Amino acid sequence: MWDYSEKVREHFFNPRNAGLLDGANGIGDVGSIKCGDALRLMLKVDPDSEKIVDASFQTFGCGSAIASSSALTEIVKGMTLDEALKVSNQDIADYLDGLPPEKMHCSVMGREALQAAVANYRGEAWKDDHEEGALICKCFAIDAVLIEEVVRANSLTTVEQVAHFTKAGGGCASCHEGIEEILARVSKEACTAPTAATKPLPPATPAAAPKLTNFQRIRKIEETVEAIRPMLQRDHGDIEIVEIDGKNIYVNLKGACVGCMMEAATLNGIQTKLVEALGEFVRLLPAAMLGKAH
Amino acid sequence: MNDVPIYLDNNATTACDPAVVSAMLPFFTEQFGNPSSMHSFGNKVGFALKEARAKVQALLGAEHDSEIVFTSCGTESDSTAILSALRAQPERNQIITTAVEHPAILTLCEYLEKEGYAITRLGVDKRGRLDMNEYKAALGPRTAIVSAMWANNESGTIFPVEQMAELAHAAGAQFHTDAVQAVGKIAIDLKKTKIDMVSLSGHKLHAPKGVGVLYLRRGTRYRPLLRGGHQERGRRAGTENAASIVGLGVACEQALQHMVYENTEVKRLRDKLEAGILAAVPRCFPTGDVMNRLPNTSNIAFEFIEGEAILLLLNKAGIAASSGSACTSGSLEPSHVMRAMGIPYTAAHGTTRFSLSRYNTEAEMDRVIAAVPPIIAQLRKLSPYWGEIGPTEHPEEAFAPAYA
Ligand SMILES: Cc1ncc(COP(=O)(O)O)c(C=O)c1O
Repeated sequence: MWDYSEKVREHFFNPRNAGLLDGANGIGDVGSIKCGDALRLMLKVDPDSEKIVDASFQTFGCGSAIASSSALTEIVKGMTLDEALKVSNQDIADYLDGLPPEKMHCSVMGREALQAAVANYRGEAWKDDHEEGALICKCFAIDAVLIEEVVRANSLTTVEQVAHFTKAGGGCASCHEGIEEILARVSKEACTAPTAATKPLPPATPAAAPKLTNFQRIRKIEETVEAIRPMLQRDHGDIEIVEIDGKNIYVNLKGACVGCMMEAATLNGIQTKLVEALGEFVRLLPAAMLGKAH
Repeated sequence: MNDVPIYLDNNATTACDPAVVSAMLPFFTEQFGNPSSMHSFGNKVGFALKEARAKVQALLGAEHDSEIVFTSCGTESDSTAILSALRAQPERNQIITTAVEHPAILTLCEYLEKEGYAITRLGVDKRGRLDMNEYKAALGPRTAIVSAMWANNESGTIFPVEQMAELAHAAGAQFHTDAVQAVGKIAIDLKKTKIDMVSLSGHKLHAPKGVGVLYLRRGTRYRPLLRGGHQERGRRAGTENAASIVGLGVACEQALQHMVYENTEVKRLRDKLEAGILAAVPRCFPTGDVMNRLPNTSNIAFEFIEGEAILLLLNKAGIAASSGSACTSGSLEPSHVMRAMGIPYTAAHGTTRFSLSRYNTEAEMDRVIAAVPPIIAQLRKLSPYWGEIGPTEHPEEAFAPAYA
């Protein structure tokens, strides 16, 4: 049985604002019967103030889908449309004291319904937003734009998480490559650590670089790495120098950097900085390779 | 209202029979010996296992007690049977199974497919029945094994396994059946059949979890899954789970004694429950082959609502059942059994399985029949596919959300 919070259970057993809404002037229909959730959000908007004066929902879905819909209507009542558009799926989940990871897609559906209902009120075609994205997950009809948005908003890093949040990739699994590409793209732009340019510059061979003593050289390497650490720490990662052996500098990447899809790119980027600082070619290697490289 | 919980999820697992528990207890204390040992501690346990084996043999109608191999669960028996058939007949590389098997079979077959074996999955019709012509056409000289369940865990539908075993033998293939749901609920007499291997699992017939049996017909080519000591005549190495095996023996004895009760009284209660619900709730229907199914199982599809929501409300009313909806399992599509039968998505998500045992009572059925209709009505009131009094006209068109 799911580990639902008290709040989820409460909103499921006593849903607020369920049923049809008389005088609704913004209606958003999202979801799909195939995957077992579908939601109709109905808003009554005051045209002068653009305030949501009333909201209701109808939901086909599991306990958390019904609870998320109920929470959504409670959250948006009294908001202006612009305020409502800022409500994220995480806001819905938080309102319910959290949802099991497998059920996060219920909150995503809530946010989509909200966008659809606002678009409907404004006479805009909400779907357009989505036609830009290539269809990634055919089982659940989820496109690239939606996946990318959710990946970015929730800092997702694995295909499994994407499936939990959006359902994409949870069916036939044939789109896992496509999802991995999106994850890599977003991860690259989110990563503030220096990364090498797409075409790594040929290592500079500065002619007149002053020759450093061994001590100065080690200090220089340390200083350069120290200067980079804050950027890694901002991404919840870190780096430590383990050994310096001639041209080879062995380091440990720590925290979020470990297994990060950008690990290789990060090492490349730091290496470029070291080459610049030292004025000589050096190789940055993971400590695991100590004793293996020559 | 009486609020003692009502357990109607016996196809998931059953309560241990009190007689089973009391028979097991000494094997946790004074009867701790290893049956392989050459002293009286072991000897007594060895004797108890022999007795248990005879009781399983009686329930299955096996010709020899040596055809009973104790395992750790139904899943192990299933894996052992299929992998044995492939290893014992390396010249054959095809497995024939059905689209509605338990994951214990289907997941293994998916894996074997990646390894290069040819898997044929027989489809079923709207009522969950196999097409015997499709089956005959699939059999060939490369068929190593046919594995078809005796009874389906979701719908209770019974497959004609005796007939299928004859056909498999005619093609020189081995025949295995996952009888985890059938054993103890319907009469079985293996010696009159050509079935080579049968899986059963203790916890579906009031024995504890974590004990199973592989029936292995004498003369069947076999390769063990677990190799090691000489337990189970080398066909399944590992020191025997003596307490559970003793418990399983008692459970089999009890099941045999209650076989008539199961097929008359339990069946009557099931029929009463189903008829009561169908009469009181609009737009719902039983799934599977209702004229040819387990006596304890009723699987009802409630249209336009979702199963997990039904289960949560049933649970609140003190009723335990299960569902083929996507959400209950954490998977994203409704049950593969319902999809194989072509049940539309608007109904598949709302399938609810009530599975009884000999412990259920008439009064419980009355309570469930009274509790279900308001729960269904309450959820339909929330459903965008449902209008004031019934489904919206052309529900799938009236509510056609973006993405659908
Ligand atoms: C048809 C069928 N086969 C196999 C199994 C697996 O049995 P066990 O849980 O003992 O491994 C089950 C039980 O869920 C079942 O219903």
